Amino acid sequence: MNNPPDVSPDPAEHEEYAHNVQKHVKGYLVVGAALLACTGITVALSYVDFGTRKANIAVAMLVAMFKAGLVGAIFMHLAAEKRLIYRVLVFTGFFVLVLFWLTYLHWYDPVSR
Amino acid sequence: MEIPYTISNRPDTGLWNAKIGIWLFLASEVMLFGGLFSAYIFLRLDAPAGVWPHGLLNVPVGTMNTAILILSSVTVVLAWASLKMRRYRAYWWYMLVTILCGIIFLVVKLAYEWPQKFDHFGAYIKPEALEKYERYLGNHRLAEKGLPLRVEITGHLHNHEALADPNIKEYEIGLDPVNADPSNPAMDRPHFLYVPPTDKVGTIEKADVERATMFLPTHSTYFATYFTITGLHGLHVFGGVVVFIYMWLPVSKRLYQRNPEHLANRVEVCGLFWHFVDLVWIFVFPLFYLL
Amino acid sequence: MDASASPATDHASHSHDAEHGHHELGFWRKYVFSTDHKVIGIQYGICGLIFLFMGFSLMMLMRFQLAYPGHALPLIGSALGHFFGPGSMPEGKMAPEFYNSLGAMHGTIMIFLGVVPVAFAAFGNFVVPLQIGAPDMTFPKINAASFWAFFVGAVIMVASFFVPGGAAKGGWTSYTPLADIADTGPGFHPIFNGQTMWILGFIFLITSSLLGAVNFITTIIQLRAKGLTWMRLPFFVWCQFVTAFLLLLAFPPLEAALVMQLMDRVAATSFFLPTGLVVNGAAMHISGGGSSILWQHLFWFLGHPEVYVLILPAFGIVSEILANNSRKPLWGYKSLVFSVLVLGFLSFVVWAHHMWLTGMGSTVSAFFQTTTVLISIPSVIILSAFFISLWGGSIRFNVPMLFATAFLPMFGIGGLTGIPLAFNSADLYLHDTYYVIAHFHYIVAPGTIFGLFAGVYYWFPKATGRSMNEFWGKVHFWPSFVCMNIIFLPMFLQGMLNMHRRWYDGGQGWNLAGEKVWGLSGFEWNTPISWAAWTMGVAQIPFIINFFWSIKHGKKVSDNPWDATTLEWLAPSPPPHGNFLEAPVAYRGPYEYSLPGSSKDFTMQNEPIESTERTPRKVEGEPALV
Repeated sequence: MNNPPDVSPDPAEHEEYAHNVQKHVKGYLVVGAALLACTGITVALSYVDFGTRKANIAVAMLVAMFKAGLVGAIFMHLAAEKRLIYRVLVFTGFFVLVLFWLTYLHWYDPVSR
Repeated sequence: MEIPYTISNRPDTGLWNAKIGIWLFLASEVMLFGGLFSAYIFLRLDAPAGVWPHGLLNVPVGTMNTAILILSSVTVVLAWASLKMRRYRAYWWYMLVTILCGIIFLVVKLAYEWPQKFDHFGAYIKPEALEKYERYLGNHRLAEKGLPLRVEITGHLHNHEALADPNIKEYEIGLDPVNADPSNPAMDRPHFLYVPPTDKVGTIEKADVERATMFLPTHSTYFATYFTITGLHGLHVFGGVVVFIYMWLPVSKRLYQRNPEHLANRVEVCGLFWHFVDLVWIFVFPLFYLL
Repeated sequence: MDASASPATDHASHSHDAEHGHHELGFWRKYVFSTDHKVIGIQYGICGLIFLFMGFSLMMLMRFQLAYPGHALPLIGSALGHFFGPGSMPEGKMAPEFYNSLGAMHGTIMIFLGVVPVAFAAFGNFVVPLQIGAPDMTFPKINAASFWAFFVGAVIMVASFFVPGGAAKGGWTSYTPLADIADTGPGFHPIFNGQTMWILGFIFLITSSLLGAVNFITTIIQLRAKGLTWMRLPFFVWCQFVTAFLLLLAFPPLEAALVMQLMDRVAATSFFLPTGLVVNGAAMHISGGGSSILWQHLFWFLGHPEVYVLILPAFGIVSEILANNSRKPLWGYKSLVFSVLVLGFLSFVVWAHHMWLTGMGSTVSAFFQTTTVLISIPSVIILSAFFISLWGGSIRFNVPMLFATAFLPMFGIGGLTGIPLAFNSADLYLHDTYYVIAHFHYIVAPGTIFGLFAGVYYWFPKATGRSMNEFWGKVHFWPSFVCMNIIFLPMFLQGMLNMHRRWYDGGQGWNLAGEKVWGLSGFEWNTPISWAAWTMGVAQIPFIINFFWSIKHGKKVSDNPWDATTLEWLAPSPPPHGNFLEAPVAYRGPYEYSLPGSSKDFTMQNEPIESTERTPRKVEGEPALV
């Protein structure tokens, strides 16, 4: 989904522009509804036994990732953003993963356990 | 010389200053909450089996708060879109709803959820005394089914003075349903609806208790992470609400009349922050309330 | 110097027009609560220099205890006892707790209140917008907020000396569980005690760094002058750019850890306290379930990038001065840029080499040893490029150049002695000895701090319109240079004699078993080291006097006294609010010295490329960075 363009200084185009943004507004409402639905799904799934708690956590995190993706892509306009911002976020994402992964690895691989 | 690109885009980056600024700020916020969630994972992995508590939080209220935050995310993006369409009146209303959602979220958190926890009591039983309290714990049946054993008795503390007074030798607890009826298989999994402590009163000798506290951050690493992360998240919500109120006050009208695009940019930047706060909650909610 | 050759002098006649548009601000708005990047830079600089001296003074006190353990400090001992409160210096002798406070606060003040504010915030604020031809930082108000957050944090840190029990004692690393339980119990206030105030002060400092980093990155991306493409940026700007990213992304995990330590101390949680912890023979009444290793991970996730926060700005300063005073272009500009980017990136994935002794498994150890050795490659590229830049230059040994050239071997020693520490088998022996102290001080003290002095002497004319005195600068440089080495070289010996860095008695007991190296035992080496430290303290007096005297009475100089090429020398000295009289345009790279065919030996970035240039240097295209 593309972001609404900037308002044209030409008043004649303003009508068309407002219409364009109006289309996006519908998208925002749909995403909001989807997020609410996903919240319900998360709650419901947590009462379903997927065998192990790990499986339950994995399912819940998948749904949460999907929700986070929706918020990021649509509400935060990441679906169509400038390259510079992607660059910053890719680096940040990498370092966050490092933070998660290596603390996990340290827990997983100590000299004595 | 004036500072350029405060409102319009720099041609080669295609961005105005504050947009880059807020994204950099959010990147650092990602690392902040990343550190906290990383600690959560570390501590949860480190916890012995059965010690990490489940089902202690009020799920319907948590769900409602999640919905409120999502709603506010929608309204803030609509507020921004209204400004882009130059409809100040609609902007004003959407902003008001956003602010109210933020305030409701905080009130529910601080005036209802947290105090309810502070008022709850839990006593960890020493391993050698577990057998003595079998009637509250139901561990025989759990051991048969291969489930983790219960080591804590929770509920409403009737004799509050017992916490500080060394002369009182026992705790009187209005037991939670799980300890009132421990052999009921329905108690093996958390409930969706909050069930208050029962009328059944259990008596626990202090000598058998390893450690007994209210549900404060000191209760366990679970509550420690819960209060720290939700507290920090709450601070972010509070900060967002304060800024939104500023954007909603008559000053914003004057800025709108001077340069509507400037106000739209400001709302976009604050909206990005708000969505991020929402995004953090999307992970907090299942991790603490459900799993 | 031929003043007419400088295009900057053309602007002198316009300066009145430029000031015309600005309304006059009052004293407070102009010099104290200013939003001008130059004023904020100078505020940071002066505060930072004061803190550097304060941190150094703490160490001078400690050096007395190390050289003469158990002796009363002559002359000032009892006065200090009164100043720092009862229990700090009873009868003029240093108490062990006070020694620990001094050690912890020396590290904290030097790094977070001294070097970072001067290297990153002061030089970055003052120089970067000028070098990229910008009127100010992108967010001037946030810039001011950054300084005041720093100021509040600094006040809290310093005030912690005067609360009951004194300042934090857990080392600058504040390792848990010690830091969780230190300064608690009878006689300590629940909030106003050393360690808790250390945490609170630190949170303000982190906020300050965060605001600064956002500002720096946005400024460098958005406010570069027309024609100033990425590959035309001075190397100093690149260094500040990478430093800002390190601060932006590495500090928040520490902030999270600080919040958790604060919770441990104030709300009795157990984030960093393991189950079954026994303190003073009694089991602690805590929930347990925490991990002190977690603190170390989160701390060093900042801690290691922080090392590069300290060194990268110094690289930048030194590169400017080397190119300027060797009168030839910086060698290998592109490799320098990519090295500094790789350095910044790798610095995030080496942190656990500070934790070899915590019992990491072979998988994790292998990973971190590999990355740690990898990171030496870009460092060596940068240092080599600096050395090669000197080759064949007509070098001017003025004061900034003396400090800049001294930086090179000092950083070299510091860097190379770090390599044994990168391997966990060697580190098992050297860990926490004076070897480690010597290693990182060689990088930060004669390395970074010499870089900072070089920068102060170099940009002083831009900030004041006057230059600092050359003679007294040399009087400052030579004793500092000699003393630095007398202080830190013997520490390698002490470390290899396995003397522990935190011994309160300076290793007096170890002396019995210690062997003599060059006629002195490990303990006896403390005495020459301490005398060198005090001499170096005296050697800073010429600098302090020179600095303040030159503000008013230094020799007046032109806008471009060093015949430099970068854009900051285009602005009037001192630059007015808004910096440039007209927006500068860059036509060429940053180090066009001794251009063949040019009538003078420097060509500024704003001079258009002329057809008469016999071999015009290839104009770098815009690389795909944005």
